[in-house]
Amino acid sequence: MMLETVTQSKTSSPMESTFDPIVTAVLSELQTDEHLTLQLTGEQSQFVRFNGAKVRQTGSVSDGELHLTLMKGDRNGYREFSFTGKLETDLPQAQAALKELREEVLQLPDDPYLVLPSGNATSHEVNAGKLLIGGAIASSILPEVSGLDFTGIYAGGSLIRAYADSAGQKHWFATETFSLDYSLFTADGQAVKGTFAGSEWSQEAYAAKLAESKLQLERLSQTPKAIPKGQYRTYLAPAAVAELMGMLSWGAVSESSMQRGGSALGLLQRGEKQLSPQFTLRENFSRGLVPRFNSWGEIAPVELPIIENGKLVNTLINSRTAKEYGKTANGADGGESLRSPEVSPGNLAATDILSKLGTGLYLSNLHYLNWSDRPTGRITGMTRYACFWVENGEIVAPIENLRFDESLYRCFGENLLDLTDFQEFIPEVGTYSNRSLGGIWVPGALSEEFTYTL
Amino acid sequence: MISELLRAIESLDVPADWVGLRAVKESVGVRAVRDGLPRSNGKSVNQGVMVEVLVKGQIGYGATNSLDLDSLRAAAKVAYEQAIAASPWAIYPLTPAARPKVVGEYVSPFVKPLDALTPGEINDLLVQLCKTLKVSDQIVQAVATAIANETETWFVSSNGSEVYQKLVMLETHFGVTAQDGAIVQQRSNNGYLAHCYQGGWELFPEPNLWERAAQVGEQAVELLTAEDCPSETTTLVLAPDQMMLQIHESVGHPLELDRILGDERNYAGGSFVKPQDFGQLSYGSKLMNITFNPTVPGEFASYSFDDTGAPATREYLIQEGILQRGLGSLESQARTGVPGVACARASSWNRPPIDRMANLNLEPGTDSFEALIGDVERGVYMESNRSWSIDDQRYKFQFGCEYAKLIENGKLTKTLRNPNYRATTPEFWHSLKRIGDNTTWQMYGTPFCGKGEPNQVIRVGHGSPVCVFEDVEVFGGGE
Ligand SMILES: [Zn+2]
Repeated sequence: MMLETVTQSKTSSPMESTFDPIVTAVLSELQTDEHLTLQLTGEQSQFVRFNGAKVRQTGSVSDGELHLTLMKGDRNGYREFSFTGKLETDLPQAQAALKELREEVLQLPDDPYLVLPSGNATSHEVNAGKLLIGGAIASSILPEVSGLDFTGIYAGGSLIRAYADSAGQKHWFATETFSLDYSLFTADGQAVKGTFAGSEWSQEAYAAKLAESKLQLERLSQTPKAIPKGQYRTYLAPAAVAELMGMLSWGAVSESSMQRGGSALGLLQRGEKQLSPQFTLRENFSRGLVPRFNSWGEIAPVELPIIENGKLVNTLINSRTAKEYGKTANGADGGESLRSPEVSPGNLAATDILSKLGTGLYLSNLHYLNWSDRPTGRITGMTRYACFWVENGEIVAPIENLRFDESLYRCFGENLLDLTDFQEFIPEVGTYSNRSLGGIWVPGALSEEFTYTL
Repeated sequence: MISELLRAIESLDVPADWVGLRAVKESVGVRAVRDGLPRSNGKSVNQGVMVEVLVKGQIGYGATNSLDLDSLRAAAKVAYEQAIAASPWAIYPLTPAARPKVVGEYVSPFVKPLDALTPGEINDLLVQLCKTLKVSDQIVQAVATAIANETETWFVSSNGSEVYQKLVMLETHFGVTAQDGAIVQQRSNNGYLAHCYQGGWELFPEPNLWERAAQVGEQAVELLTAEDCPSETTTLVLAPDQMMLQIHESVGHPLELDRILGDERNYAGGSFVKPQDFGQLSYGSKLMNITFNPTVPGEFASYSFDDTGAPATREYLIQEGILQRGLGSLESQARTGVPGVACARASSWNRPPIDRMANLNLEPGTDSFEALIGDVERGVYMESNRSWSIDDQRYKFQFGCEYAKLIENGKLTKTLRNPNYRATTPEFWHSLKRIGDNTTWQMYGTPFCGKGEPNQVIRVGHGSPVCVFEDVEVFGGGE
């Protein structure tokens, strides 16, 4: 007997039929000198956590928050409360929040850089998926990995991001996605990492992905080799490059950070350091994995170059920063972080990676990155998962993990030899507070003299 | 709330071996000012219920932010189905012993309630702080933040548990960025948001607040012209505001039993500690006494019961350098046979409890600060964490601080900037040579300990004296 294991859900959401009347009701209560934005985050999520090809924890979460910002004169404040999708519960909360905010903003100091909602953007995007039903997750995933030391998490379900304001702007973004973020371990603790993500579960594609991981696992069967600290030519696979690029959203590409000494790209902007002409980074929303609207309801351009051929051509500038520093906003969000980044590919073919690496380190992943000296672009972190010592274009053995401490200006500047001619999509699988959306498209990178310190 | 949850539990019709309901309501007021202007003002209230159902040796959970009876019943049904579906693959057959009956209450100690100051009064204080911090035109950013958090938890279960806990917490931060061309330095009040405590507005403003703010500003400017920390292997003296991070990353996380069991290997990582190490491994020098202590009044992660109802008590994890006990819940203790503590904690109603730190403290020794420094011929004294990174086995670490002083012939001399150090965990803790007394002991906290799948961020507290470590590799910034 075939059990139904996949569900395809309807595109209309009860969340939307609650959000809409709340928006209408609350906006109708505004006085003439008041402005309001409403931001909704919601999810219906299924989580199954695995260890040793067994289930550690399993459950489902229905969650949502509505965030109201009231602006009056140059003053503003917010209230956020649980959004249940039930009008009789949520509407009185929204009305009470508005009342509280009216009293609170009177006491607050003026904010000269407050940006009132002003545009006329609207959007409506609903992406339905085909996801495993809760009861079918373990039975779909685990038989494929029986006998293996498989650990990780399946997270899937619907996600909502919505926005409305007193200027009449309105956005609705709903999507259904899943991610299976996993590791396969050898008996002595070596591991390969895999991520299988999308909006339609396919048992065949899952099996194919695992077959790839199992093959990689076999290469880890040798005893790991301890590599002395020093500088080695290094191939950073796309997942490792993605980790390094993630640092750029933490005090680098933000104009607000740049203005007050908090950016690692200050040296690049002032022309005191260069990045390689092979290095190009842009925001690219064309794949539609994340909403293009921000917390002012503005729509970001489909593409925005940040670093073009090694030159800083744009920082991320939101409307508030633009007002504060006399710049032109480019659709950035509140934190001026990368939302849909892409690093352009280079010329290195997959088949040439090992031969071009010659002798050095092949790194599949990196772990626990932090700025060791942000103004000079220096990052420290660890190698992790399926990392190998390579000699004369041949993999010799997996390595014991190494600590690196290296500047962006070296590894993506003077020492960058090439980028791969292909990109991989590294999905954002984080689930702090709520499930993340999107990810990054990146090539692998071959770099000279990458510095290992411990 | 308790009576509503009890009514809900009575109305459930799932044929389970055990059912628990944990409701959480978290109210957070945020006031943040930058350069004397408001950056964030508001309040969030987040609430919901997690229903846990134990059947066939497996727990399933259903979590919802709808508190009505129908929604709770639906969540219980989902939880039951989850448990049944997963039970053929259960990692360990749990029994209701993992969720013992418990009845009790805990309320954080506080003097001035969280509504004692108005939003306007708090903003006035923070604006004034920014002004005090800006001691020079070279200060390019001054920030001040106060976050008032009240978190209530209600826990009831089918085996008679009834717990209410109310945490009243205040988190404050201030700091600056100083810049001179390409040279940029940051200095803050003991590291980012390190002033996290249970209590009310009696904690802020502190009596020495304005002097401290001026000092933070002045030290940032001082760092602009300071020498870089030298690269050498030397004596390292760490202040309690850096020891917090040192204890957290290189003692707390590696002792979590779920990491040792492998639950966490796909995310935060495993541990170099093995189950057989408990009771015998020499983790550090004889001066090292680490306690799990949820009973310290005012420390950030004090409580009476964890999120599964286990009563929380003070326990030695490491005594005279020997590893005694793990950070493991009743579930992890059953799975490993290793003694643990009441540390099954969830970040909120929408995440299941996992093994966490709470308050993890290094117990003081007998030396005054003067005696510690006076004994050092050459070394570096570092304050306030700025950078942190450690491997997935919690073995090879590199940490950086905001501010340092060279120690020469028993005296603090030149100021040093960009101080960093790196080492491996066991070697480092074995190099602990002297340890400060009560007068050097300080406690801090952080709301940012991240772990778990799905991810959870949780509050921890850490207290420590000033400590002296021998032969540590220190170095500076730049290329
Ligand atoms: Zn942590």
